[in-house]
Amino acid sequence: MLPYIVRRLLIAIPVLIGITILNFCIVNLAPGNPVDMFIDPNTPQQLVEAKKEMLGLNDPLIIQYFKWLWQLLQGGFGYSFSSFAPVTHIIGERIGPTLMLTSISLTLGLLIAIPIGILSAVKQNTRFDYIITGLSFIWTSMPQFFLGLGLIYLFALHFKILPTGGMLTIGGDDNFADRIKHLILPVSVLTIAIIGKKIRYVRASMLDVLKQDYLRTARAKGLHAFIVTNKHALRNALIPIITVFGMEIPLLLGGSIIIEQIFQWPGIGQLTMQSILSRDYPTLMGLNFIAAIIVLATNLFMDILYFVADPRVKYN
Amino acid sequence: MQTVFRADQGDVTAVDEVSFQIKLGETIGIVGESGCGKSVTSLSIMRLLGKEGRIQQGEIWFNGANLTELSEADLRKLRGKEIAMIFQEPMTSLNPVFTIGNQLIETIRLHMKLNRKESKAYAIQMLTKVGISRPEAILKEYPHTLSGGMRQRVMIAIALACKPKLLIADEPTTALDVTVQAQILRLMKQLREESGAAIMLITHDLGIVAEMADKVIVMYAGQIVEEADVFSIFEKPLHPYTQGLLQSIPGTENNDNNRLFGIPGSVPSIQRMPQGCRFHSRCEYATEKCIHEQPTLKTIKPNHQVKCWLY
Repeated sequence: MLPYIVRRLLIAIPVLIGITILNFCIVNLAPGNPVDMFIDPNTPQQLVEAKKEMLGLNDPLIIQYFKWLWQLLQGGFGYSFSSFAPVTHIIGERIGPTLMLTSISLTLGLLIAIPIGILSAVKQNTRFDYIITGLSFIWTSMPQFFLGLGLIYLFALHFKILPTGGMLTIGGDDNFADRIKHLILPVSVLTIAIIGKKIRYVRASMLDVLKQDYLRTARAKGLHAFIVTNKHALRNALIPIITVFGMEIPLLLGGSIIIEQIFQWPGIGQLTMQSILSRDYPTLMGLNFIAAIIVLATNLFMDILYFVADPRVKYN
Repeated sequence: MQTVFRADQGDVTAVDEVSFQIKLGETIGIVGESGCGKSVTSLSIMRLLGKEGRIQQGEIWFNGANLTELSEADLRKLRGKEIAMIFQEPMTSLNPVFTIGNQLIETIRLHMKLNRKESKAYAIQMLTKVGISRPEAILKEYPHTLSGGMRQRVMIAIALACKPKLLIADEPTTALDVTVQAQILRLMKQLREESGAAIMLITHDLGIVAEMADKVIVMYAGQIVEEADVFSIFEKPLHPYTQGLLQSIPGTENNDNNRLFGIPGSVPSIQRMPQGCRFHSRCEYATEKCIHEQPTLKTIKPNHQVKCWLY
């Protein structure tokens, strides 16, 4: 197992470099440049040029890339073009709120989607199953911004029981209840989106397993239906479910751009949006680099999970 | 007994008017083509018909208890302990994510009052009994590392672990190659002699029936068409279907370009059962009467019954 992990990590290095090259090109292909974004249009051209020169934007792209790579090797992402603070510092500030929002949503999503999906499969073609598949269809198809705005209208504007956004009440006390209040709406939107999709996967995976011969063997042994479902069937159904939940992990650290934007959540998603708008290349490159690492790490983590969950999986 | 399944177009009857007895120590062979209701008969006894299936009419008596009226909890006490089952597909009948030990010990601990250590020792003893060398290592293996024959041995060990009074073997050797078949049959015979259990052997291989069974039931389209002791069936089969089955056994004597005999046509679908004798469309002796009236099971001589207008 260990040699396998080491090999996978070594393979990840060239992949990661490839991703940074692509990212660098794409970021720089976007029209406009950072200086145009934050400078007064009446500024003399000379000053603009001087600023560009200072930020290194007049260098050939390849030189700019290697400068960035050199910074990375020294353990940093450079300085933001818009706030001039170190990128690691900016990202570090934003990652906490994002983690809080997404880890709660993903955990809730797992805890709700798996049992409901199993129950829906066990009770296939009953009223319960129809209601659940119907709801999950609606939840999957509903755009997150729509649900988010709808909930804000209902709970913040109409009933006035929850805040419209942000992480804390400005000027208020920073207490636990206040945080929870701010979390409820964004967590609900993210969780509903997650369970809407995942219930369908869990149900389908479970239905597939429920047909298998070995479940008939388990029943023929005299096992209780509960054990047949939750030991013999679930362990098999979990294998494909690992992939589906694994795909949500990048969201954990990457944040959700739409949700953070709607609820003014000061996380990574909002930072990404701001950096795109201000063409803040160093911050964008830093964010992309972290996203790439998360995706690669998730893939490796999922492969290890497969190995644990399915004895038929072998690594050579 | 009659077993029906719920389908989109309404109920379909998979097994009808099936009735037989089986005594301790006796082996009864149930033969017939695929789709004749052999497996449904055995799953009815286990009451493992699934959500869509149910026993519509009739009774199944086991050791003084009517299985059709037992509660699910009482049935669970019988399944795996008093009545055990071996399935056709050893490759898919074991759960791929649990070790052999886990699956064998699970049954033992469920039905026998043994602690962890005793059950493990007993599991090793059972694996040795079914002819598995290095049983201790096999306990830790997963099913995918074993061959089909080995897996079927494990299935037999699971089935026989709690010394059942009735063993239902649903085509236990169909998926195995011939040499392994012989080993498994020899093993079943030997275990039958040791335990004195009754065996219900479902197969479409008449060679296995001749080798193992005391009594034979021939099923066609969900019904019993002939029932007799094993000698009568092979000496003087009465039903045209049984005769056809016996003729279609490939022989080695006259293989000089003889085409293998086959019964023309196929089993009618259970949604569209013909009127009259269900075999009439494939029967060379069929008369007008066969097309319109269904024959009943008639006793020709002691221990020999047939459902045919010829007799």
